[in-house]
Amino acid sequence: MGYLRPDGKAGARNFVGIIPTVTCANDVAQAICRQVQGTVVYLHHQGCCQMPPDLTRVTDTLISIGKSPNVGAVLLVSLGCEGTNHQRIYEELKKTGKPIEIIHIQELGGVSNSIQKGTDIARNLAIKISGLQREPVDIANVVMSIKCGASDATSGMASNCVIGYIADKIIDLGATIVFGETTEFIGGEHLLAKRAVNKTVGDKIIQKVNEMEARAKSIGCDMRKGQPTPGNIAGGLSSIEEKSLGAIVKSGTRPIQGVLEYPEYITTQKGLWIKDTPGREPEILTGMAATGAQFMLFSTGRGAPQGFPSMPVIKICGNPNTYERMKNDMDINAGRIITGAKTIEQVGEEVFKKMLRVLNGELTKNEAVQYFSAIDIHCLGPVI
Amino acid sequence: MDLKLALKVNDKDNVATIFANDIKAHMQVDVHDKKGADVLLTVNSDIPYGHKIALQDINKGELIIKYGEEIGMASQAIKKGDYVHVHNLESMRGRGDLQAGEK
Repeated sequence: MGYLRPDGKAGARNFVGIIPTVTCANDVAQAICRQVQGTVVYLHHQGCCQMPPDLTRVTDTLISIGKSPNVGAVLLVSLGCEGTNHQRIYEELKKTGKPIEIIHIQELGGVSNSIQKGTDIARNLAIKISGLQREPVDIANVVMSIKCGASDATSGMASNCVIGYIADKIIDLGATIVFGETTEFIGGEHLLAKRAVNKTVGDKIIQKVNEMEARAKSIGCDMRKGQPTPGNIAGGLSSIEEKSLGAIVKSGTRPIQGVLEYPEYITTQKGLWIKDTPGREPEILTGMAATGAQFMLFSTGRGAPQGFPSMPVIKICGNPNTYERMKNDMDINAGRIITGAKTIEQVGEEVFKKMLRVLNGELTKNEAVQYFSAIDIHCLGPVI
Repeated sequence: MDLKLALKVNDKDNVATIFANDIKAHMQVDVHDKKGADVLLTVNSDIPYGHKIALQDINKGELIIKYGEEIGMASQAIKKGDYVHVHNLESMRGRGDLQAGEK
């Protein structure tokens, strides 16, 4: 079941997305969101004083977020003098056929007026889309994103195996899966390249990993100061290679169709895709929502509580000790695989049922507690 | 007696991961592999939950293998039963420090 959108995708949620086109508009956007039920806001720190490739990247990412099937209508909040092309964002989103509005803080005479005007617009948009009903849709309509965070040694042996099981299962049913974390391919990239549908895609995977590794090396220090993270190390992971080998398990075993750029919105492609993203949660979750993913499966060992405003995140915990401590944030206990109480398939089927319920409207734990304000857009060059 | 479990993922692996709390020096762990075979191994020092134990002697400079793939190099000689982690396993990737030294 899903909310049918003009582009043929079906949303698992039906929000008015309030999108600041630059970091300077964050506070106005947030104030409007607080006033109006049924809205979500995408706070980020980009959009001005950046190099042209990054300004294009931010512009394109915001367009893709607005296109997301979980977003039924969009209010753009622009300052008026930013580096992103706010007019292009507006025009591109208009083409989707969804209700799209824009306000400019400078034109409206400042913050107070903009909050007032924006609240009026957001309220009308929320009322307009609120009557939409979910309709039956095929599982082939699903775009699922996957991710692991706050990993430990259980991640690669339990929770990521469960995601790999689901990945294979729903690809065989015609769905689309996008996975990322290029940083966490380092040491396992040869295995991914072997699964590429052709040599061009395989070479692209290796190239993206080389670029990411070169960025790590370029600041002249040992990558181990950042990856694995201190939490990963405390959890038993000793090197980026070990972390990567455990991380890529979640992509399952099916062929890799291609590599998407960070801002890219997926259109008609099916099967398993890579998106070039870093591993850090705010940036990868933003990139995955921009892909058009209706939801995410998120594996953790040490207990990452993170979510995203318009993309439900189902938490699968591989560590039985962590699950007991953080039950209120974890949706599925895959720690039972480590203790031998359940098989990967048994927990996988539990996740599959949960996934269908979430697509039909059941809240994830992160949605229930509204833990989703840390989001951001991943850029390549300096802020200047 | 509680099961003190360690998992060996691939036949090629020279380390296993311990999934038991409070593993202390001189205790025995049950190393379980994918085929269901079990081998008892004595632990040389305390090892935390989720951390690795050497299944054989590994010389300095030799590769450390998990999931059947290399996860780094031994930065010092490692004995069978030793705790294997960042103190004796060195990653070889993303090493801007080594690159800077080569210049």
